[in-house]
Amino acid sequence: MTLAKRIIPCLDVDNGRVVKGVHFADVKDAGDPVELAKKYSEQGADELVFLDITASQQGRDTMKNVVRKVASVIDIPFTVGGGIKKLEDARGILLSGADKVSINTAAVKSPGLITQLMEIFGKQCVVVAIDAKRRYCEGVECKGKHTFRDKKKGRYWFEVMIYGGKEGTGLDAIAWAREVEKKGAGEILLTSIDADGTENGYDVELTKAICKASTIPVIASGGCGSPRHMRDVFEKADVDAALAASIFHYEKTTVDKVKKYLKRSGVRTRI
Amino acid sequence: MTKIAIFDYGAGNLFSLKSALERNGAKKVDIIYDMKDLDRYDGLVLPGVGNFDPAIQSIEKDAKRLDSAIEKGMPVMGICLGMEMLFNRSEEGKLEGLKILDGEVVMLPKGKVKVPHMGWNNLKITAKNSRFLRGIENDSWVYFVHSYKTVPKDKKLVTASSDYGTTVPAVVEKGNLVGVQFHPEKSGDVGARMIKNFLSMCKEAKADKK
Repeated sequence: MTLAKRIIPCLDVDNGRVVKGVHFADVKDAGDPVELAKKYSEQGADELVFLDITASQQGRDTMKNVVRKVASVIDIPFTVGGGIKKLEDARGILLSGADKVSINTAAVKSPGLITQLMEIFGKQCVVVAIDAKRRYCEGVECKGKHTFRDKKKGRYWFEVMIYGGKEGTGLDAIAWAREVEKKGAGEILLTSIDADGTENGYDVELTKAICKASTIPVIASGGCGSPRHMRDVFEKADVDAALAASIFHYEKTTVDKVKKYLKRSGVRTRI
Repeated sequence: MTKIAIFDYGAGNLFSLKSALERNGAKKVDIIYDMKDLDRYDGLVLPGVGNFDPAIQSIEKDAKRLDSAIEKGMPVMGICLGMEMLFNRSEEGKLEGLKILDGEVVMLPKGKVKVPHMGWNNLKITAKNSRFLRGIENDSWVYFVHSYKTVPKDKKLVTASSDYGTTVPAVVEKGNLVGVQFHPEKSGDVGARMIKNFLSMCKEAKADKK
């Protein structure tokens, strides 16, 4: 028997409030994180992810309070990411009640942090978020990268992006996935920058490749616009979880409806 | 007034566990660092965070107090590592276990399945009269995070198990002593029900004492 495929609503938190926006712009208040966490948990979410998009230190301290409140009302695991730069940031979040922390830019800038976190808190607490972007080959750019072929646009590879998808690193996402696992990551949160916000479905090619390269669980993220997209990614890639934000926030559907649909489609689901 | 103690091995976050006990009806939940005043409580929880050797080191000094509390019938719930510690030894550490339950703790077989066993899995309930599993249906989902499993000498102690490339004892029970491999505090409604059941066991034990 294998584990249930996890459905994970993601909440963006800014200064203690959940916000929703399209492509990081036009950000609107979407409510109280504790209320929303409770709602999704009651609907049968298997896990929650909170992304702290706050820029100020004051906002980050507010986040720790949010984490404590969330931990006191829900009884499913939850991950907190966003702006975790050093060991102390991660410790603060974990001691406030989060089950896992997710690091992205900090993992690229100082990969030793992954190992440090693993040694202190155990690998099950350490999620490395990988934001990947398709890069089409133009000459030498592809050398040494894992490449894929698109019938129309030719060969491409996946580059690891940092600072919320704004800055390239030159790192190959597949090689990086192997690296973070070696360093002690317990899970990979994989977001396709190209698919993110499109609601056209997950990047199945990317997800498949990362799942093949890893032996740790992988969460697919970016592009989910319907329950059908979740079914697709579960059927086509050996992925453990699917994360979505807008379909739940805009109340296009609910977690329980998605899970019933997946169960009917033959996906192993916790209901 | 059910009073519960959570023993802290110093490994970190016990906040979710404390909240879950309070949410499900415990009137007072204290985090304790030694077992000198264990008599003041109606039940004890050995939490599931940390590593085997450091946890054993922190609890060793209280081993006798723990033994005698269990003997007197105090309900004790060991979660994950807190369950593994109750056995003779573990492949995770070099130190001897608490030897309250006979058997050992071995690593999950690698290769067939991903280790750690992390996520939601089903329970196969193997005992009819378990008080801890009262009201829990067969195949209920619970949340696991672990890399080791227990191998109890007396298989009859296992009241529920889970299948993950191998049979994983999920709940062991001996009198008022309960060991759970998964995390009831993270297992949604099913876990909440088990915590309530544990708290009822504490209440009953308290009534018996009087």
